Amino acid sequence: MHGYMHVTNNRIMSAEQIIFYIFASILTLSALGVITARNPVHAVLLLVLAFFTSAALWLLLEAEFLAITLVLVYVGAVMVLFLFVVMMLDINITRMREGFARYLPLGMLVALVIAFEMALVLGPQHFGLERVPAPMRHTAGYSNTAELGSVLYTVYLYPFEIAAAILLVAIVAAIALTLRKRTQNTRYQNPGEQVLVRREDRVRIVKMLSEQEGKRS
Amino acid sequence: MKLLLQLAAIVGLSVAIALSVAFLTLAERKVIGYMQARIGPNRVGPRGLFQPFADLLKLVMKEIIIPSGANRGLFIIAPILALAPALAAWAVIPFDDGLVLADVNAGLLYILAMTSIGVYGIIIAGWASNSKYAFLGALRSAAQIVSYEIAMGFALVGVLIAAGSMNLGDIVRAQEGSVMHWFWLPLLPLFLIYFISGVAETNRAPFDVAEGESEIVAGFHVEYSGMAFALFFLAEYASMILISILAALMFLGGWLSPFQGIPFVQDWFAWVPGIVWLLAKTSFFLFLFLWFRATFPRYRYDQIMRLGWKVFIPITIVWLLAVGLAVIYELPWWFDHE
Repeated sequence: MHGYMHVTNNRIMSAEQIIFYIFASILTLSALGVITARNPVHAVLLLVLAFFTSAALWLLLEAEFLAITLVLVYVGAVMVLFLFVVMMLDINITRMREGFARYLPLGMLVALVIAFEMALVLGPQHFGLERVPAPMRHTAGYSNTAELGSVLYTVYLYPFEIAAAILLVAIVAAIALTLRKRTQNTRYQNPGEQVLVRREDRVRIVKMLSEQEGKRS
Repeated sequence: MKLLLQLAAIVGLSVAIALSVAFLTLAERKVIGYMQARIGPNRVGPRGLFQPFADLLKLVMKEIIIPSGANRGLFIIAPILALAPALAAWAVIPFDDGLVLADVNAGLLYILAMTSIGVYGIIIAGWASNSKYAFLGALRSAAQIVSYEIAMGFALVGVLIAAGSMNLGDIVRAQEGSVMHWFWLPLLPLFLIYFISGVAETNRAPFDVAEGESEIVAGFHVEYSGMAFALFFLAEYASMILISILAALMFLGGWLSPFQGIPFVQDWFAWVPGIVWLLAKTSFFLFLFLWFRATFPRYRYDQIMRLGWKVFIPITIVWLLAVGLAVIYELPWWFDHE
């Protein structure tokens, strides 16, 4: 009986599977495009597409909080700033391609090592239904956001807070590295003082008599 | 059959948005006209009522010019990228109790994500045009939207804490009671910050430096003409309406009647459908958008950044703490219903 079910499941692709394969192929192609695109702006936009499609795949897994946060944080903020920087670069593409043959052996070596390592970790022996059970469908009332929140602030409270503290330190460090007060030839405004200014401080209304009273036409 | 009905609902909603945008442009010209002691458009149709259709016809007939040296593919895709998220966000907006396309639990988050990716259309348009002015406009817009998104997101977090849900329908239902129960009162600073950030997000006056016609001609869409330009226009006005309807839903009780909780009066107005109240509240915010444009001079760019980062974000963080405490200690009147 079980085997029979298995066969029918394989034969008839459910709508969800079709959607999965569509998104998965878009994701793979756009990821490939990121590293092959000549124009860096195109590469960044393809990366945006890759993020967006992986968010769609997460939605299929009922992880709506993670999916939407991926769009919100990576697509909506991080990649915007990325694009911002890349667009302002003035890259000479022909010059960048000059050293291609020279760096090819080293690049191939690195690629081979990475492929080997990934094969070790991501080999088929680690996956499959007998290793990782298929995710259960949740009932309609299930809220991924509430579940994540309750776990994050109880079981994983310490790792979460430590990660937050590390990020805070990183922010402070980044600001401290770039913040320098230029004192020469620069004038700063103090908005507090500007707000406090009253009309009497800036404008003086003078009442005076007309100087040539008699000559008025 | 169900699929067809859904499709019909989606098409109907899109057409309704497009029509609202058309008449919003007319309302804008009329309102600003009267504020400046002019009449505004008054030739096409009775009292100029059909002016938007004349404008549309003109835009459709115009040639779409693609500048030499522009990145062709991106130049064409940019207006589509600007419009698509502005329309997609409408999927989770409830117009009355239960009258919603997609009753999503994470609706608030979805809206935030959709409004945040609208900036791509603007950036790509600026870059693909191969023009200095367009590029400057795109950069300004990108920096501004990213900055104000944070304050806006924090304001939405306040709503989420107060309502205990990200579902927009539940948020409205949590405000049931009377005008004083609506979230505008306990979340007053967040309400103001949300709306001002909304004005900045949509690049409207007084934060419209991305267009800045006196400095950079028309900003990111300077090279666009005809229908491609109209799409940018549509996207901007659709997001204006979206921001307004969201403000009505989250802070002014959505479809709830303003006379709720007042004896006798609430019965007199019981026959009014909820959607009327919602649209009336939305129109009020839209009027504010137009009023701002006629009233305020454009902000200086560094002052925009200062307002976003140094004023709004600290205030929202402080008020989030206050709202959190109020919810924990079940502050009477607003948060003691459970």
